[in-house]
Amino acid sequence: MTAPANTTLMFGRPFAVLRLFGERVTQRVDLRGLTVTLVLLLLALAISIYALASGEFQVPVGDVIGALFGQATPRVHMVVVEWRLPRASLALLLGAALGVSGAIFQSLTRNPLGSPDIIGFNAGSYTGALVVITLLNGSFYAIAGGALLGGLLTAILVYVLSWRNGVQGFRLIVVGIGVSAMLTSLNTWLMLRADLKVAMLASIWGSGSLNGLGLDRLLQASIVLVLVTPFVLMLARPMRQLELGDDAARAHGIDVERTRLGLMLVGVALTAIATGIAGPIAFVALAAPQIARRLAGSAGVALMPAAAMGALLLAASDVLAQRAFAPSQLPVGIVTVCLGGLYFAWLLMREARRQP
Amino acid sequence: MMNKIQPAPSATRIEARSATIGYDRRVIAENLSIAIPDRSFTVIVGPNACGKSTLLRALSRLLRSASGEVLLDGRSIQSYPAKEVARKLGLLPQTSLAPDGITVADLIARGRYPHQKFLQQWSREDEAAVIRAMEATKVTELSGRLVDELSGGQRQRVWVAMVLAQETPLLLLDEPTTFLDIAHQIELLELLTRLNRDEGKTIVAVLHDLNQACRYATHLVAMRDGRVMAEGLPADIVTAELVEAVFGLPCLIIEDPISHTPLVVPRGGGEVHAIQEKAS
Repeated sequence: MTAPANTTLMFGRPFAVLRLFGERVTQRVDLRGLTVTLVLLLLALAISIYALASGEFQVPVGDVIGALFGQATPRVHMVVVEWRLPRASLALLLGAALGVSGAIFQSLTRNPLGSPDIIGFNAGSYTGALVVITLLNGSFYAIAGGALLGGLLTAILVYVLSWRNGVQGFRLIVVGIGVSAMLTSLNTWLMLRADLKVAMLASIWGSGSLNGLGLDRLLQASIVLVLVTPFVLMLARPMRQLELGDDAARAHGIDVERTRLGLMLVGVALTAIATGIAGPIAFVALAAPQIARRLAGSAGVALMPAAAMGALLLAASDVLAQRAFAPSQLPVGIVTVCLGGLYFAWLLMREARRQP
Repeated sequence: MMNKIQPAPSATRIEARSATIGYDRRVIAENLSIAIPDRSFTVIVGPNACGKSTLLRALSRLLRSASGEVLLDGRSIQSYPAKEVARKLGLLPQTSLAPDGITVADLIARGRYPHQKFLQQWSREDEAAVIRAMEATKVTELSGRLVDELSGGQRQRVWVAMVLAQETPLLLLDEPTTFLDIAHQIELLELLTRLNRDEGKTIVAVLHDLNQACRYATHLVAMRDGRVMAEGLPADIVTAELVEAVFGLPCLIIEDPISHTPLVVPRGGGEVHAIQEKAS
């Protein structure tokens, strides 16, 4: 039932038109975006298999795949499935969540620098975690809870402060930067007055790490993602219309403010999963959608390639974090910060070349 | 409020009834009543900040009237689901944004949104509507180009095509000729005339050029300070007194030698140099 893109209608890029079930399902599939997404996912998968195979206890790739299908010695099964699989899967899932979250915020703010960090989520969640770690000496759940609460309250604060007959992308960014700066100084103060050991623990949390995450965390992340995904799918089309400007979107029958609020909530929820489980992991949300957009050549940011790129970035960063200085392990956040630096250097070089 | 459907002769599908519209607490138009005649090419003219764009926003549900109401097919426009309004009424806003890296056909296809569902995003009707809209606006040969790379005039035609692809019986355009050179302005106005005459679309456009308005409008609305000063067939209502009252511009009205509609010639403020006839 697949017909090639109609010759009378040239989109300037290859599309496949799907019309199934007596035209009850009709879709226009961007083939380049689809190809890029699939290639990125394959790469991410390959890196994950490497992550499952390598380490102190080397497992041949064949045995890794056997272990995934339940055919391995108990020893290999324990190493691959129980020790390494949750972490590798979390890198893929949380990376994809961060990629989509970044894409949503970049679409909302119409700015390639838009990301959950912009609306103060990361600074706020760090504040929440710091309060729990330094003042209350809480457990993992208390820290995750504190981080989520801090992030959400900050996001709400930024949203409310930006409100003036609706929320505008640029105002959101400016207010977000201001609130983030204030919270960052508050975070510094909290660190300075804390005990040295506690401060070190807090600072490790603050850079974001997948160290020692097990099956229970994977389960929690999966449940939240399964709950959030339908909302992402529902909001993806109105989001594209919103990119045409508020007036045009309204003229197409979109409730602009409600869509924007819904997108913000979904974007924050996706970042919140990652932050709650691994701490604030920087730059994936910022860089993944933009790199994916350039590869896919899409109009505006596209969600699927951004998700695949996020998964690839975080999976690759985590392998680097685990193996680069083995046996000592880096928090993955430090690797993503370095990658982010490279990304910015590349962006600056591009801009410099563009303006002779 | 009365919700009676108006009797047929002065048929109208969209009208404002004693509507008060504005932003925040700033009232732009108070107690404004206007009915757009069905199947007319209505042009709204008036000085800057007279409320013409605001009226268009109210008629297209972008702005909710503080009091009074806007009726679409005899029912309050607020009582419809937003997407249903978008299938009856298309709007070309003054400014729209094209996402980075979008191609012409892709942008025009986004005008189909009100007709699409989650599972049905590219039906044969969608495709046919986009092809028709591109042919009508003569952008077919641009279809694969990036919108960022087009000239201002081409881009405006692409935006018009996007609204046409929406395939609504009512079409509202806010200063559609703004970024066009004179040849493209005339071309666009004749396209709108064809859509009005051949396809029976009701068109409402805000225009700045009075002479173009007189030439192409079948129904002219002159506004000032949020009030309708006069409305009707251009030949019936456009007089030197009206232009002076609306724009504060002393002028002479002559007949357009081509279309035989009123032609407004400003008298100017004494700075005009009359060119001496050389023949004598």
